[in-house]
Amino acid sequence: MNRYVRRALVDIKLNKFLNLLTIITIALSILVVSTFMLFFQNISNMVETWNHGGRVMVYLDNSFTMEMVPEINAKLKSLNNTKQVFFISKDVALNNLKKDMNSGSIFFETLSENPLPDAFDVRMDGVSSFDEVTLFAEEIKKIPIVSEVEYGKTWLEKFLSIYGLFKVAGWAISSLFFLIALFITANTVRLAFFSRKEEINIMHLVGATDSFISTPFYLEGVFQGAIGGIIGLIVLLISYISLSSGASDAVASYIFVDIQFLSFKYILIIIAGSTFLGWFGCYISLKQLLK
Amino acid sequence: MDSDSSIIRLFNVSKRYGAKYALKDVSLDIKKGEFVFLNGPTGAGKSTLLKMLYLAEPVSEGQIIVNGMNLARISRPKLALLRRRFGMIFQDYKLISNRTVFDNVALVLEAAGEKPGYIRKKVMHVLRTTKMEKKVHSFPPMLSGGEQQRVAVARAMAGNPSIILADEPTGSLDADAAQATMDFIMKYHEKGATVIIASHDIQLISRTVKARSILLKEGELQRTATML
Repeated sequence: MNRYVRRALVDIKLNKFLNLLTIITIALSILVVSTFMLFFQNISNMVETWNHGGRVMVYLDNSFTMEMVPEINAKLKSLNNTKQVFFISKDVALNNLKKDMNSGSIFFETLSENPLPDAFDVRMDGVSSFDEVTLFAEEIKKIPIVSEVEYGKTWLEKFLSIYGLFKVAGWAISSLFFLIALFITANTVRLAFFSRKEEINIMHLVGATDSFISTPFYLEGVFQGAIGGIIGLIVLLISYISLSSGASDAVASYIFVDIQFLSFKYILIIIAGSTFLGWFGCYISLKQLLK
Repeated sequence: MDSDSSIIRLFNVSKRYGAKYALKDVSLDIKKGEFVFLNGPTGAGKSTLLKMLYLAEPVSEGQIIVNGMNLARISRPKLALLRRRFGMIFQDYKLISNRTVFDNVALVLEAAGEKPGYIRKKVMHVLRTTKMEKKVHSFPPMLSGGEQQRVAVARAMAGNPSIILADEPTGSLDADAAQATMDFIMKYHEKGATVIIASHDIQLISRTVKARSILLKEGELQRTATML
């Protein structure tokens, strides 16, 4: 095996430009794919975090009286996924609103009566999907005194549909870049093969087998793929560090989630994928050329 | 004809390019350890015959048996094994220009899967035999034609082949270099190897001891004679 590695390294040295071109192409493709992966990983973390801290506001109708609190409290606590239940009377709600809106204090003084409803703030536990929150809200709606249940359905649905759209676009662009990288890798091998056609003919004449001839090409492909993948990830890491050092804190405080770099598992998957890309590019070309 | 001692047998072999015959109905029997000259004018079919022996060209009609192997039925992996039994020398040397003399000769042994220690020893041995050991780190373009052919001869001998096939090995060389090349081939032949040389150089043939001369003309076998 050592002699194949040595020959592959000599060949890389002899065809520096072609090899550099392939490595840059693979690195660029990996950068695009891993940027999408980074984006999706963080969005998934964010959605998961939000889901785990699911919160539902239960508004009660005008027939509600304070005597009903223990009964409704018990009903809400008996539901699956209920972690904590807090009662917020209309007076407490109004006071909270006044605190939040200092500039509107004159407006509040003009109110003849409190327009806010009495409500329960229900915190959920062990929620793994948005559908579970919806089902939970449906259950609460069945309680007769409940007039409305608010859990951010509209904006979350919009967010998830945009996220889904990004996901499809991400897959499409990643696949396109993968194909471009594959095409260029395969053609680089083809060019390298033709530039060494005479050498390969001589090898065949002196009794070299196809595997003896093709193994260094495959190793070159594997090296190119792995190096391209690592370079792509390093560029992504540098970009991530330089961008996240300023922006991350602000974004994190807004969305309550830390922006994180790709997990070790994803890094391994990306390097394995780029290595496979290099190998597969070789395979496609050599399968035809060594017929 | 004693077929047991035959190493190469041709049965009514023809080679056609379209409608034109490059070789027509040639039958031959070459014995182990024989020294054979294929001669004739340019276009007689000498190189074509050699090419068919190492399967650079397929046979159009007839059969060729080498070492008991029918070349018409040989698989691609077995073709590599067959070629390792041949030591091949060409008029244009066919050396890899971006590899050193050492690497060019070592290639045959690497392809055969030999160990690095053995390869080093063997390569230096054959380069000493052809008096090229001092140029071991040189690249072919840095060498004269005669030197390049000596490297090619060393490469042909490196794998200890039982058959040497040489296609106009002295065609590009001056008289001294041509004689030196022939001397190396003769020395290897004396160890028991079968040698087949395609050449139109009659003088070269006359200087060589006890060789069988096969005359080809326009693709047909004209005459076979033993020279003493």
